[in-house]
Amino acid sequence: MVENVVSIGLFVDERMEIKKNRFVGTEGTGKAKRICIATGIHGDELEGQYVCWELARRIRADISRLKGIVDIYPALNPLGIDAGTRGIPMFDLDMNRIFPGSEDGAVAEHVAAKIIADMEGADLCVDIHSSSPHMRELPQVRLSQATAKQLLPHARLLHMDLVWIHASASTSHATLSHSLNQRGVPTLVVEMGGGMRITRSYGDQLVDGLFHLMAEQGIWGCPVPPFPDPVIATDSHVRKVRADVPGLFLPVAGHNTRLKAGEPLGKIVDALTGEVVSTLSSPCDGLLFTLREYPVVYPGSLLARILGGEGR
Amino acid sequence: MIKETVFELASPYRNDLRVTGYSFGKGAKAACIVGAMRGNEVQQLYVCSQLVQTLGDLEKRGAITGNNRILVIPSINHQAMNVGKRFWASDDSDINRLFPGDSQGETTQRIAAGILDQVQGYSYGIQLASFYMPGDFIPHVRLMDTGHQNASLGTLFGLGYVLLRTPRPYDTTTLNYNWQLQNTHAFSIYTNETDRIDPHSAKEAVASILRFLTRMGILKYHSHGGYISHILKETDLHTVTSGTSGIFRRMVGPGDEARYGDVLAEVIHPYEGHVIHRIFSPTDGLVFFAHRNPLVMENEGVFKLIKRLHS
Repeated sequence: MVENVVSIGLFVDERMEIKKNRFVGTEGTGKAKRICIATGIHGDELEGQYVCWELARRIRADISRLKGIVDIYPALNPLGIDAGTRGIPMFDLDMNRIFPGSEDGAVAEHVAAKIIADMEGADLCVDIHSSSPHMRELPQVRLSQATAKQLLPHARLLHMDLVWIHASASTSHATLSHSLNQRGVPTLVVEMGGGMRITRSYGDQLVDGLFHLMAEQGIWGCPVPPFPDPVIATDSHVRKVRADVPGLFLPVAGHNTRLKAGEPLGKIVDALTGEVVSTLSSPCDGLLFTLREYPVVYPGSLLARILGGEGR
Repeated sequence: MIKETVFELASPYRNDLRVTGYSFGKGAKAACIVGAMRGNEVQQLYVCSQLVQTLGDLEKRGAITGNNRILVIPSINHQAMNVGKRFWASDDSDINRLFPGDSQGETTQRIAAGILDQVQGYSYGIQLASFYMPGDFIPHVRLMDTGHQNASLGTLFGLGYVLLRTPRPYDTTTLNYNWQLQNTHAFSIYTNETDRIDPHSAKEAVASILRFLTRMGILKYHSHGGYISHILKETDLHTVTSGTSGIFRRMVGPGDEARYGDVLAEVIHPYEGHVIHRIFSPTDGLVFFAHRNPLVMENEGVFKLIKRLHS
């Protein structure tokens, strides 16, 4: 059943409506477990759109197997998705920096508070993000150190290539996931693919994982075939390569390949002079799990992340 | 006056980013003033330009007292201003959400770290700030309640109000917050404009900074006394929202008094022209903030009233 979570009158003859689709299983709504699948908080991250569609499609096709409740929120920032912008268009605000919001705050904060209120009480939540439109990421779950102990068993089930446990920045305290975790809703953040596009193979991988997670929780009544355990990484396993000069980045290494320390990663060139202004190589043996796709770089622009150490 | 590049970043397709600082006086780091950090902060740029001009004149007249150095950085993100963007153009990141920055991190983290390196160690830090909601404020000083702040110092600017803000998580990455963590007394000055120049409130902002510097013994300058400031907490402000969307017609502006039940604004049907909603004052008070956009959304905060003080 499709419901409005929030509905706000826009300036002229239109409403901003944040919708969810609720699927209720055989156990009804009483004591049944509930999972929230949320995405689209950043309007330029579309990987979750495919996941929502495929998840809803498979549930509808086999609805008798559903025991619990699945709430699908495909577009927490519907105007951002429409406009292709990361933030909420009229506010120039990153929506994932205003949680938990406030019922009587500014419009964006009011919307955030309504979303939290709607998700509160759920047994689990998965918040699906893409990388920025500049990058490509292998499918991964990101957990803060503070939540890792509680969330890691759930994260392992999502069929992602990697679970990255990272030190949380202060800004992460204003995210949907942090706010829900604070309120007792275990919330996992998935990052995969890239912005402004859909990688169907990654989406299928995550949907399989969501069914696995739901089966373990008793929300879905069907056994799940075995799958490879994800690599568990911390910040110390991840080496970042950044641009040291401005120019055009031309990668030579392929995404999702294993590199040896010193192996060529790419070069930065100057289109005006024809010079190669910087040559970059892998700082360690490891898996190239993040790779820049947008060629124009400034000093500091992220070019690659390599999973070394205990990486597979 | 010494003009120098305080931070530089190479660009691939346009001029390199050069952040320019103007130093006045010599000796200990007394006060640092930072202007436009976002591409739409034209008023903040203008205020700093007027301040640079005035401080230059005062320095020539020997009005900067001994062992005091003042640094003014009029603009940090003029690369965004030059292309009509609010945030860093290549990745849309907000530099004032990236402090303390990281000299080895992402491009805008490097800018934040480079700027903080230049502005740290001053006794007083003053940022000309802007608000994300479209509207007009009574000019005021804003401080973060970090435990390091001194609200009574804020009254020395002689603006009408000093607002003490309880920091939210995203505030911890602003320049103001990080200045305070490094033991600089940090203040944000809000005038009633951002993307347009209001000469009157700009003049008031310049005068308030000169007044503060004079009262702290950094300048010898004959300034008018200004206001006796009221210190406000956010809980002293009453937010008034619009019950519906449409064309917004404001009846009162910042500084106006409102009585309980007064009509503060009307919302007009965008097609049919009649009034569909009236926004009433829920309290006796003074208008501190007023929405300026000619259109309004449902549930949008359109006024902030100072309650109690004038009730």
